[in-house]
Order: sequence, then C-alpha cells, then structure tokens
Amino acid sequence: MSTVLFLTMALVAFALGTYLAAESIRERWRRRPRRGGVRPQRFDPGTERRAERRARMLLRSIVNEEEWEMYRDLGFIRVHGSQNRQRGVGETYGYLIYPHKPIVAYLQGSNSLLSEYCVEFPDHDENVYGPKLPDSDDVLAKWMMIRADEERLIRGANMHLPGRQVDPQQVRRDLWRLAEWERSRGHYGHVRVVRRPGGEPAASAS
Amino acid sequence: MQFLRLMPGKGEVILAEGDPELTEDEQRLIDEFRRQLDSGMWAAVPVTEGDTGRREAIMVQRYSDIPEGAERVVFFPRAAGG
Repeated sequence: MSTVLFLTMALVAFALGTYLAAESIRERWRRRPRRGGVRPQRFDPGTERRAERRARMLLRSIVNEEEWEMYRDLGFIRVHGSQNRQRGVGETYGYLIYPHKPIVAYLQGSNSLLSEYCVEFPDHDENVYGPKLPDSDDVLAKWMMIRADEERLIRGANMHLPGRQVDPQQVRRDLWRLAEWERSRGHYGHVRVVRRPGGEPAASAS
Repeated sequence: MQFLRLMPGKGEVILAEGDPELTEDEQRLIDEFRRQLDSGMWAAVPVTEGDTGRREAIMVQRYSDIPEGAERVVFFPRAAGG
C-alpha cells in the first residue's frame, strides 16, 4: 500500500517538475533577444526631443543673434579666435562648433584647417539618459568656454590633426556654405533657409 | 537670478532662483552654487557687453565672481578631452 502511495507521490512530483521546467523554458524562449526585432524602450522616446527643444531655446537666448541663425540654418556656430587679435600678430583664426564633435580650428583668410580639439562635457551623475548633453547644450557649453576662457578649453582638449574625427571635405563644404550664407545676408538682408524635413538645421557635420 | 544646470535628457533644469539682494535668498543661492561646484560642475554667466551689445560669457569659480545684475548662471559638466 505504502509502495503505491510512494509511486503516486513520485509520479505527481515528476509531473509537476516537468510542467514547471517547461514553463520556465517557454518564458525564456519568449524573452530571447530577436535579431532585427524592436528593442524595448527604456524611456519615453519624446524625452530627448523635448530636451533638445529646450536646449535650443536656451542657446538662442544666450548666443548672439547671428550665431543662433548660423546654427539654425547651417548646423554649427563659427566663433572668432581671440588670441592673435589680443596679441596683434598673425592671421586671424576661427573655430567651428559642432554638436558632439570636435571643435575645428581654421585660418579665416585661407580657410586652412589647423586642428581638431576633442572636448566633451560628460555628466556622470545621469544614469537614465547617459552622460551626453542634448546637442544644443553641448554647443552652448563649448560656446561659453570659448567666449569665457578659450585658452583653458584648448589646454584641456585633446588636440589632433584635421581629419581624425571630422571629415575635412565636410568642413570645407561647411566653410563654403558659411561664406555663401554670409554673402546672402549681406546682399539681400535676409537669410535663405533650407531646411531638412522635421525642422532640423539644413546640414551638420557628417 | 536663476541657477540653471544643463542635463542629459532634460535640457536645462532650474536649480535655484532668488533675489541676491535678499539675505535669505542669497544664502540659498550661495549654498547651491557651492554644492554644484563641489559636485564637479563648472559655472558660466552669460553677459551682454554694455557698449556693443555683444553677448559673451564669463566663467566663475566663486559666488562673489558673479557680476552684479546677472540674470542666469549656467552650470554644466566639467570639460574632458574627447
């Protein structure tokens, strides 16, 4: 009698164990990463867009009007270097500030590219969105640093020859676009804005 | 005066706001300023040059460096070579 009871209990335990194991395998199969599938969103996808919109408004309220329009229309800001001017020597130079790309220094007379200054403003306190600031905040931080303390920014940045991260052809195209943009403003007193769909700047560095 | 901080995924966030002329507000602003710099932030003040109207920025390391009449102080993460 006790043998029959034992066998019944063992059978029930085996059946239950098999069922639980099958459920576990099925659940794991359902959660497996799928190639080409949609990855689950960690947060509202509109958050970063809203953050960028706020950042653009702040940038607009802080930089000069012409610089804002340059960023809006061309996707970068040109800032004149101040060191040679202060010393009264040499050819004037400028910087092109791109979002999340190195600052590119160039000679303004010849448009010769001088160097790339790689600088970032990582916020390691932020765990949800990662350390990167919105694009326009990155541009604003670089702009404020160049305006306020160009030497400190350049000293702290990693300097590389042109072409390491920003395509020199792209920079030359941007300098040409900048010249055209300035010419159009000078001749016609207004800016021709060519926009990408979605209201983004006409172009940015590749 | 407003203290703003540039933050990933958020844009700028208002950290503190107050009238530096009022002692209570000023103390709050000083405390917040110190807290931000202690946590590794840099602080910049957007300014407009009186004679030309050009917009510039100055970096400040002490609360007392903030120019009189400044409306905003922007805190942002310390620069690092990329």
